[in-house]
Amino acid sequence: MDLQIALLLGQDGITNGAIYALLSLALVLVFAVTRVIFIPQGEFVAFGALTLASFQAGKTPGTLWLLLGAGFVVAIVDLVVAWRRRKWRRVPAILGWNLVYPALMAGLILSIEPSKWPLLAQISLALALVVPLGPMMYRLAFQPLAEAPVLVLLIVSVAVHLVLVGLGLVFFGAEGSRAASFSDVSLDIGEFSITGQTLAVVLTSGVLIVVLYQFFGRSLYGKALRATAINRTGARLMGISTVMAGKLSFLLAAGIGALSGILIAPITTVYYDTGFLIGLKGFVGAIIGGLASYPVAAVGAVAVGLLESYSSFYASAFKEVIVFTLIIPMLLWRSLTTRHVEEES
Amino acid sequence: MGAVEPILVVEDLCVGYGKVEALHHVGIVVEPGQIVTVIGPNGAGKTTMLATVMGLLSRSRGTVRFLGENLKDYAVEEMVARGMNLVPESRALFGEMSVEENLQLGAFMRHRLGHRDHLETMAWVFEIFPRLKERRDQLAFTLSGGERQMLAVGRALMAKPKLLMLDEPSLGLAPLIVREIFRVIADLKQTGVAILLVEQNARAALQVADYGYVLETGEVSLAGPARELIDDPRVIESYLGLGGKH
Repeated sequence: MDLQIALLLGQDGITNGAIYALLSLALVLVFAVTRVIFIPQGEFVAFGALTLASFQAGKTPGTLWLLLGAGFVVAIVDLVVAWRRRKWRRVPAILGWNLVYPALMAGLILSIEPSKWPLLAQISLALALVVPLGPMMYRLAFQPLAEAPVLVLLIVSVAVHLVLVGLGLVFFGAEGSRAASFSDVSLDIGEFSITGQTLAVVLTSGVLIVVLYQFFGRSLYGKALRATAINRTGARLMGISTVMAGKLSFLLAAGIGALSGILIAPITTVYYDTGFLIGLKGFVGAIIGGLASYPVAAVGAVAVGLLESYSSFYASAFKEVIVFTLIIPMLLWRSLTTRHVEEES
Repeated sequence: MGAVEPILVVEDLCVGYGKVEALHHVGIVVEPGQIVTVIGPNGAGKTTMLATVMGLLSRSRGTVRFLGENLKDYAVEEMVARGMNLVPESRALFGEMSVEENLQLGAFMRHRLGHRDHLETMAWVFEIFPRLKERRDQLAFTLSGGERQMLAVGRALMAKPKLLMLDEPSLGLAPLIVREIFRVIADLKQTGVAILLVEQNARAALQVADYGYVLETGEVSLAGPARELIDDPRVIESYLGLGGKH
């Protein structure tokens, strides 16, 4: 391997690593706040990418129907609860978020031609379709189980993942698709050139990480999420409801997932089930961070990206094996160095 | 009862863990501006009672009236929004966050409800507990036991509660700190906040309180003005004779 190839592989590894880092942050966040191991993270990646690709291909993305359907179910469930508890004040918000918003999105998307819109507008529209699915998923699958043990939550998480992969196949078909490149610019340093897409991925990830850092460090709601992760009862006693924290963390995770998908859409061909493997690699990063440390998870995820990239050069048939085998020494190391903490009762 | 509506009226409260009933037909009243204490031995159901009133546990029967409103099925957050705050026995601090962040989160519900006065409230809390001001940037888990209790109480005060419920505030603290905590509790009364105080340190609690209840094996066995309870032979024998710390 000469320097040229090494740099090329490094660039590839860092691009993928940046995506894994974002996903690992979302996984740590969701686990810390809700104790859910967020297997469906990958589906948000796939849905984000495929929604953008659909817009560019001039098709109506299947996620629109998913949003309408999920919104309808959430609205019914929430209305029944509001009716039972006689909490009529909640009705306008329930209708607004779950019925009116998806209907407006449908009206917007069906009446215009998103393929003729500028890229940034297409991306915003894709996010606006996919991200609300996060809190809806929390409402339907996890909110009723807020007190359940981690294992039960994991099982439900796997179930939700399988359902979404199935829906992905129905809505987007078995064909893969790829979005148009964000920019044709490339940066030449000597013989080595950095593609515009790599820059876009790394810069966006970097900015997003800084934004998240500021959100958790400075904003009251970010602090409320951290507080919930540290002491759920203590947070509730401050008036930070577990449901609100759960929905907010799922919203952020869905946003991070969908944006990651949009970032990789021009680099890789994304299929309805591509997200799972990408999400799992983010998960390896999150495991390195012990599902608790954001910086370690991010660094670990970048390491996963680099390892994947170089192992695809040396032993391309084994690249997934090598990446996922990394989890074993990491788990050993963690179980030897971390003291065991009993699950909060 | 008097003409003024009580802050809190608990009637006929029953709570069970599975088949074991922890509270039987408990009744408690807190009048405005009062300090009411519930004393009793370990395992009598004192903590269960506070947790149930707060909405952390559900009850099998009984009514809870807070600020004149009869509340049936409620979540903790709704009680916080109405002005009820609990400092639990565990303190439930956010250990890996700074003292200041802990206090700021204490005002979370007020912020949600549109109040933007947390800086003034924090200044007031720092006046009550100057030690917290010195340690405002320190992480909560690095504080001493007494400072943690101050932070837990200070954090609850950030919500400007109408009813402050304290669960064993003196637990595990040095006598000097205990005295300070009780001095603060007595001072808080001057600000008009009603306090429901659960304590094993019966003497200190009865000295500061207006009214007291004795809870034994899930039942109120005795109730009366704190002045009378402190001289009651049954209370002296069970709770003040040997158990009183100072």
